[in-house]
Amino acid sequence: MVPTTEAQLSDAVAAAAAGGHRCHVTGRATKTGYGRPVEADAILDLSGLSGIRDYQPDELVVRLGPGTPLAELEAALAEHGQCLAFEPPDLGPLYGEAAGQGSIGGAIACNLSGPRRPRFGAARDHLLGFAAVSGRGELFKAGGQVVKNVSGYDLPKLLAGSFGTLGCLAEVTLRVAGRPAGEATLVVGGCDEIRAVDLLNRLAGGPLEPTGLAYLPAVVAVHAPHPLTASAAVMRFEGPPGSVAARLLHLQAELAGEGALETLEGPASAELWAALRDVASLLPGGARQIWRVVLPPAAGGRVAAALDAALPGCQWLLDWGGGLLWLAIPPKPGAAAELVRAVAGRHGGRATLMRAALELRRTVPVFEPEEPALDALSLRVKRAFDPQGVLNPGRLRAEW
Amino acid sequence: MTLLMPPPDQASLDGREALVAALTRLLPAGAVISNRTALGAYECDGLTAYTEKPLAVVLPQTTAEVAAILALCSARGVKVVPRGAGTSLSGGALPLADGIVMAMARFNRILEVDLANRCIVAQPGVTNLALSQAVAADGLFYGPDPSSQIACTIGGNVAENSGGVHCLKYGLTTNNLLGAELVLMDGTVVRLGGKTLDGAGGYDLLGLITGSEGLLGVVTEVTVRVLPKPQAAGALLIGFADIAAAGACVAAVIRAGIVPGGMEMMDRAAIHAAEAYCAPGYPLDVAALLIVVLDGPDSEVPELMAAVSAIARAAGAVSLQETRDDRRRLAFWAGRKAAFSAVGRLSPDYLCMDGTIPRRRLAEILTTISALSATHDLRCVNVFHAGDGNLHPLILYDANVPGELDRAEAFGADILRACVAVGGVLSGEHGIGVEKRDLMDTMFDATDLAIQQRVKCAFDPAGRLNPGKVFPTLHRCAELGRLHVHGGKLRFPDLPRF
Ligand SMILES: Cc1cc2nc3c(=O)[nH]c(=O)nc-3n(C[C@H](O)[C@H](O)[C@H](O)COP(=O)(O)OP(=O)(O)OC[C@H]3O[C@@H](n4cnc5c(N)ncnc54)[C@H](O)[C@@H]3O)c2cc1C
Repeated sequence: MVPTTEAQLSDAVAAAAAGGHRCHVTGRATKTGYGRPVEADAILDLSGLSGIRDYQPDELVVRLGPGTPLAELEAALAEHGQCLAFEPPDLGPLYGEAAGQGSIGGAIACNLSGPRRPRFGAARDHLLGFAAVSGRGELFKAGGQVVKNVSGYDLPKLLAGSFGTLGCLAEVTLRVAGRPAGEATLVVGGCDEIRAVDLLNRLAGGPLEPTGLAYLPAVVAVHAPHPLTASAAVMRFEGPPGSVAARLLHLQAELAGEGALETLEGPASAELWAALRDVASLLPGGARQIWRVVLPPAAGGRVAAALDAALPGCQWLLDWGGGLLWLAIPPKPGAAAELVRAVAGRHGGRATLMRAALELRRTVPVFEPEEPALDALSLRVKRAFDPQGVLNPGRLRAEW
Repeated sequence: MTLLMPPPDQASLDGREALVAALTRLLPAGAVISNRTALGAYECDGLTAYTEKPLAVVLPQTTAEVAAILALCSARGVKVVPRGAGTSLSGGALPLADGIVMAMARFNRILEVDLANRCIVAQPGVTNLALSQAVAADGLFYGPDPSSQIACTIGGNVAENSGGVHCLKYGLTTNNLLGAELVLMDGTVVRLGGKTLDGAGGYDLLGLITGSEGLLGVVTEVTVRVLPKPQAAGALLIGFADIAAAGACVAAVIRAGIVPGGMEMMDRAAIHAAEAYCAPGYPLDVAALLIVVLDGPDSEVPELMAAVSAIARAAGAVSLQETRDDRRRLAFWAGRKAAFSAVGRLSPDYLCMDGTIPRRRLAEILTTISALSATHDLRCVNVFHAGDGNLHPLILYDANVPGELDRAEAFGADILRACVAVGGVLSGEHGIGVEKRDLMDTMFDATDLAIQQRVKCAFDPAGRLNPGKVFPTLHRCAELGRLHVHGGKLRFPDLPRF
C-alpha cells in the first residue's frame, strides 16, 4: 500500500485493522535494519506522502509530508540559509543502503540526532506538531505550528522515537534554524580516551559553546575524511567566522600542552562531522555488530576503555562529549549483548544493538529492556494507539 | 462565570472522616491536614478566581508514602490533585471537593549535584531558583527561568513544561529534563530516563509527562541538565512608535538566524506601569519596547549586538539603548521582571493569558486584542515573550464589580480563539488547567481529544488523578476504547460535559 493522501492512509490502516492484518510501516525503507524484525503481512509505504507543504523561513518553521527525502528538505532549507539544528544522520550506509535516501519521517520515527545533540536536541525537540493515523485508522493531530506550546499532552515527543508503532505520520511540522555562517574544528592529537573525555567535558562545561565534541581512537581516526594520524579529541565551533576564529585561537593557547594541535577549517571540518554523524565510514563494515550506547558524558572514557579491554578486536568512537559510544564488534552471537549492557549499565548507560544479522536481532533484545512496571506501562500506551497491534508489530519488543 | 467541574462523588464526600483516619494511620504525625480553616491555604493556585476546599491535604515526604497514599485513594475511589507551590496560572492545582490535595512541599531536597555530568538530581518540591543557586558557584545554571522562579517548584515546572524569558535559547523544561521518578495512581513507581541524553528504544514517556499537568502521575524525583553560564551578555532596549514596527523587528531578528538569550516586548501600558513601579528608566513616549538580550562567547556578543541594532534601525526604532554592562542590563530587565507586580498595582485583579502565535502575526494579533479590549470594555496590558510568539495579555478587572470576572473571561477566551485562528495555540507555557479547558475543542477535534484521553487511560484508567483539568469532557476508558471512526469522523454520541 502506497497512500498518497491522509484519507488513503487512514483507509489503508482501517482496512488492515478490520482484516486482521499487520503492517510494516516504512518511510523510504532505509533503516529497516534498525530495530527488531517486524512480523507483518503487509507493507505500508509512506513515501507517497511527500513534499514540503508550507515553509516560512522568517518563522523558522516547515510543514511537510513525512515521506519527503531528507536531502530534499535540507536542500530547500539551505536555499534560505537554514538547516535542521539536530543534524539528522544518514544511517542508510550503516545498513548497506545508498547514501542520501532517508526520509524526514524516518528520522523522526527513530528520533535521530547528530553531534549537535547535546547543544540543540534531537528530532524530538524539533517536532512541533504532526498529523498521524492511529492503529485504528483514525486520523488525528497533536502539537501545533508554533515553537512554544503546552496545549494537551506533548504527543510529538511520544511519537518521535516510537518507530512507527503508535501511529503512521501523515504530516509533520518542524522547527528549523539558521545555518551557522562559519565553522572550524580543533583537533587535539595523541591523548587517550580518559584524558580526552575529561578535556571534552571541561569544554562542554565552559562558555565557548562548542557544537561538537568527539573522540576518535587512532585506528578509527585514520578513516576520517581528512585522515588523522593519531587518536584525536575533536571540537567543533560554529557561528560568525570572526567568533569561530577567536574561540579557536583562545583554545589553542589554553590547550597548548595537551597534545599536537591541528585545525580543520570550513569544508574539512564539515566533512569530519558528517562522517561522525553518519558513523558508517568510520567503523568497519561487513558482519560486525554495531552498538550505540548512551551514557552520562563523564563516563564515556571509562566505558570505552572497559569494553575495549573486554572485547578483543572491537572498534569504537565517542560523540556527545562522551555521552554517546559507537561500538563495532566482531560477530559473536548473544554473549556480547549482556557484556555491553552490563558495562554500560554500571555507569548509568543504555545500549541499542544498531546493526546485526536478522537472526540475532530476533533473539537478542535490540533495545534496552525496561523494568517490568515500565514495560507494562509502555504496552498500555501502545494499546491506547494501536489496540490490535497493526503497526510495526515486533519492532520494539518481541511480545508486541 | 461559575466553573463547571465533574459532579462530586457522594461516597467520597461521605467517607471524608474515614479517609482522614486512614491517611493519618498511614503517614507520620503532621502530614495530614483536615482542619477546615487550615485547608483554606490550599483552596486555590495562582488562578485565584476559582477556589475549592479539598477533603484533606497530605504532605508526604518519601516516594513510598506517595505510593501508599495513591494506592489507598485508588482503593477507595478518591481523587487526588498534586500540588507544588500553587503558582499555576491555569488552575492545574485547583482542589476538587471530593478529592485530596497531595502537596509536595516536603520533597524539598537536592539529592545530588553531579558537576562531572552537569546535572542535578532533586526532589520535586525544590524551587526552580534553588537549582540554579546550587550550581551558581560552579559557573552553571538551570535554563528555564519562569518569572515565578523563587516560588514555583521543579515538579510544577515539569507538569506545566514551564519556560521563562531565556527559553528561546536555552529551551523549556522538556528540553532540560533528563530523568524522573513517577508514581502512578495505582501506586506503581516507574523511573524514566537517567543522566543520559535520549534512551535506547523505549517510548519517550519523560517527554510525554512533561506538560501533562499532573494528570498522568506524581513526579517524586527529577534529573535536570545544567548549562554553563554565558561568557558575556549584552542588552538592547529598543523603542518603537507603533507595535507593528516592533513586531517586524522581532521577525527580522529571527529571520537573520540570531537566537537571542531573551527577546521580550512590552506595550505602552506595561512600560508605564513598570516605570511607575520600579523606575528602570524606560522611554515613556514609545508604543512598544523590545528588550533583547544577546549572550554567548565574548567574541560573538558584540557582533550580534551590532546586527540586532542594525535590524532595529531598519525596522524604524525611535529609541535605542545598548549596554554590555551587567548592572545596566539587569536594570533593563528589572522592569520586565516586575511587570506582573507593576500591573497588579493598576487594578485589583488581572487575568494572565498565555496564547502562542506564529511570530509574523504579532502586529495583527495585538491589533485584534486592542479592538477586543474596546468591545469588552476592559483594559489589557501586553508584556510577553516576543521571541517565541508567546503572548501574555493581562486583562485588568475588579472581582468586586459584579459581572467583571465574566467579562474578563469572555475577553480572554476571545483572545485565545484569535490566537488559534492565526495558527497559534491556547497555551505556550501555563497549561490548560481549568482555565482554557473548555476551549480545547477550538484546537482539537473529537478524535484528537479521544486519543489524548486514551493516553490518560494508559496511566490512570479510573481517572482519579487530577480529573476535570485539561479535557472539556470526561469519558470512561472503556467507552473511549469502543469509539470508532467513520470517514474521519468519530461516531460520538453527544455526551454532556461531565
Ligand atoms: C507571578 C507569576 C509568574 C509566572 N511566570 C511564569 C513564567 O514566566 N513562565 C512559566 O512557564 N510559568 C510562569 N508562571 C506559572 C507557574 O509558576 C508555573 O506553571 C509553575 O511551573 C507552577 O509550579 P508550581 O510548583 O507552583 O505548581 P502548582 O501550581 O502547584 O501546580 C501546577 C500543576 O502541576 C501539578 N504538579 C505540581 N507538582 C507536581 C508533581 N510533583 N507531580 C505531578 N504533578 C505536579 C499540579 O497538579 C498542577 O496541575 C507564573 C506564575 C506566577 C504566579
